[in-house]
Amino acid sequence: MGFYVAQLLTGLANASSLFLIACGLSIIFGVTRIVNFAHGSFYMVGAYLAYSIVALFPGSILGFWGGVIAAALIVGLLGLVVEMTILRRIYRAPELFQLVATFGVVLIIQDMAQAIWGAEDKLGPRAPGLSSAVRIMGEPIPEYDLALILIGPAVLAGIWLLFHRTRWGVLVRAATQDREMVGALGVNQAWLFSATFVLGAALAGLGGAIQIPRESVNLQMDLSVIGDAFVVVVIGGMGSVSGAFVAAVLISVLNAFAVLVYPQISIVLPFVVMAVVLIVRPYGLFGKEGSGHGAPTEPEQPLRLMSSRATLVLMALVFALAASPLVASDFASILLVDLMVATLFAVSLHFMMGLGGMVSFGHAAYFGVGAYGAAMAVSYLGLPMIPAMIVGPLAAAVAALFFGWFCVRLSGVYLAMLTLAAAQILWGVTFQSQEYTGGDDGIVGIWPASWATSDQAYFYVAFALCIGGIWFLRRVAHSPFGYGLRGVRDSDVRAEAIGMDVKFHQWMGFALAGTMAGLAGVVFAFSKGSVFPDVLGIGQSVDGLVMVLLGGIHALAGPILGAGVFVLIEDWVSRLDYWRFIFGMIILGVVLLAPDGVAGGVDRLMRALGLRREGQT
Amino acid sequence: MLEVKDLTARYGRAQILNGVSLRVGGNEVVALLGRNGAGKTTTMKCVMGLVLQKAGEITYDGVSILGKPSHEICRLGIGYVPEERRIFGDLTVEENLEVGDRPARADAPEWSREHLFELFPNLAERRRNLGKQLSGGEQQMLTIARTLMGNPKVVLLDEPSEGIAPVIVEQMARVIKELKAEGLSVLLSEQNLHFARAVADRACIIEKGTLRYEGGFADLDAHPEISQQYLAV
Repeated sequence: MGFYVAQLLTGLANASSLFLIACGLSIIFGVTRIVNFAHGSFYMVGAYLAYSIVALFPGSILGFWGGVIAAALIVGLLGLVVEMTILRRIYRAPELFQLVATFGVVLIIQDMAQAIWGAEDKLGPRAPGLSSAVRIMGEPIPEYDLALILIGPAVLAGIWLLFHRTRWGVLVRAATQDREMVGALGVNQAWLFSATFVLGAALAGLGGAIQIPRESVNLQMDLSVIGDAFVVVVIGGMGSVSGAFVAAVLISVLNAFAVLVYPQISIVLPFVVMAVVLIVRPYGLFGKEGSGHGAPTEPEQPLRLMSSRATLVLMALVFALAASPLVASDFASILLVDLMVATLFAVSLHFMMGLGGMVSFGHAAYFGVGAYGAAMAVSYLGLPMIPAMIVGPLAAAVAALFFGWFCVRLSGVYLAMLTLAAAQILWGVTFQSQEYTGGDDGIVGIWPASWATSDQAYFYVAFALCIGGIWFLRRVAHSPFGYGLRGVRDSDVRAEAIGMDVKFHQWMGFALAGTMAGLAGVVFAFSKGSVFPDVLGIGQSVDGLVMVLLGGIHALAGPILGAGVFVLIEDWVSRLDYWRFIFGMIILGVVLLAPDGVAGGVDRLMRALGLRREGQT
Repeated sequence: MLEVKDLTARYGRAQILNGVSLRVGGNEVVALLGRNGAGKTTTMKCVMGLVLQKAGEITYDGVSILGKPSHEICRLGIGYVPEERRIFGDLTVEENLEVGDRPARADAPEWSREHLFELFPNLAERRRNLGKQLSGGEQQMLTIARTLMGNPKVVLLDEPSEGIAPVIVEQMARVIKELKAEGLSVLLSEQNLHFARAVADRACIIEKGTLRYEGGFADLDAHPEISQQYLAV
């Protein structure tokens, strides 16, 4: 019995930090509608700062808690800088474009943290005065855990008072429902957004700071916590603080007991819980359907067939690409294969997001299943390259049909989160199923058939598959099915009213996008000769998102441009020191200069130069 | 006071207004009449800075407000009561009023909570209820009271009689007369000519985003073909 109580208390102590970061994320999303990927970075910086400040006052109780609070405040200031210099300029940009900007911030903060604190893990001090353990029902419980258990509810109570007893809090709650109306009532939204961002960032910083006596501070904290934080926010309901608390306790306590039964479960458990909650309650436990009154958005423009001139340019590019192995070095051919893989992946994601209106944070799932499908077909079934290349996309199709069936029942950011959950579950399973997937060691020795082993020959295999796949998706975009998909995106009610099966349409769109991502994964697997769990990871999904959003979501050419720019820049900067910093800066530059993506920016530039008529896309 | 000249506006590629001009004088109630989709709401949203793609002139007290953010427009003394009410459903009646609260201004009457609760007795009884628990008529009153908390000089009232019970419509008419008695100016959008005639000094009729008629109700009654052409459904 005492043992179970101890597990319960550990779970509750874990919940506190998770609650702090998640409620900050939730408050920021509620008011600004920004999905802040940089929230994990604020958490990490909070931990590093607390580590450094507390070290100045060894053994002092006041020094410890003062340091923790100072760290949170400094992170709040950091949030203010991010909001005022970057996010404030792009609130009117298409929704989710801010997400790309926050991802740029993640990269910049990663390298800055490494420059300041170095790459080694930092071990924080124990909390003075709370460094021993007390016995509860015979089990030793760290005193610090008990303090943490109190901190969570104390912060919850503080936020409740702030939100219900101050004018500022009332304004925040009002803005969570209808921020445009709050503006029309005379409230300066810019300052409300800034203040909200500061509060959210400071809470994340506090969440990181209080963790230092319990776990080492490292450079991977940012992305490792962001997945769990998203899950907590979504389970609780986006924008709900009490929901975040309940969800943080639920996840942490379930986890504390589930690891007793099945130790490997902790990687996937939060995502499984989230998937279950979203299927039962599509807006989370305490969430509500978002208000329709966000930032004013422009209606989507119809896609047009390309003009003959644009077709000629595109054909010329494809022919140049086809002829490139004749002149390019082997190294360049490999880079071009990477480029084509990334482009097909981005085009498939754009098919889902831009045409289908279904944003995916977990598109890597299908890329990875395609890659693993082909790799396992080679290593276990002993299939040659061509049959394995068929198995991969089929496996991705099956996975996309399965997860898509659940995902299309949701919409907006909840749909996006469920796709993330699906990807994380697949990643966790792949990571842990050592005997089938090789776990962290991956599957190696996936080489092309003997006739395709030269870089040139494989280039043409990749060329046929990737360009074929991109061409196919473009054809579908202009087919009746594509019209239907866009109709559903623009108004599901009207589409339903004219007799379309909305969910079925979205489901098929989801599956097709997943299948094509799987095809990209297959080409990738054979070009590298190996697959590792990374191909299913958040990083791969985010890369795809950045490519699509950077390229411009409103144009069919967007993902092609975005992938091209992304791969070439990454290839160029990743050879440099602090390439993340540079890459993040480039992303921010693009975001600030061309808030409608590279395609939109090029479009505006051409209009400004008189090269293109108004209305032509 | 409030003057709109040659206002054009569009959402994306859809042109909504093709040159609307109108004027609201001091302590005047002007009815903006037109069918569904004529551009009444868009005109008001343009004045309030809630439509991005617009051109023309909008001046308030001789100062251009075109392109200003909506909170600055509100702070100049223009209050906006939106058509869909847009009360904050998860906030109590009192908290809804708190959101609208602005400091008093010298050139406009000051509205206190107590004064507003006298004007809208139903709201006084429900001051601790959540906005979403109110009836449609109560929500309509709350949205007007919330705007008055900002102590405006001009109120833009978008279809206050839409979708509420006849007895509440009568109360709305009394409220508008009370606003005029307090010295406010009102721009009122309406589809209902009878309601407009009962409360407004002048009428503007728009159709397909263009001003078709401006003048008194007597003229309008003398020429029934005008309302027949632009208002009858």
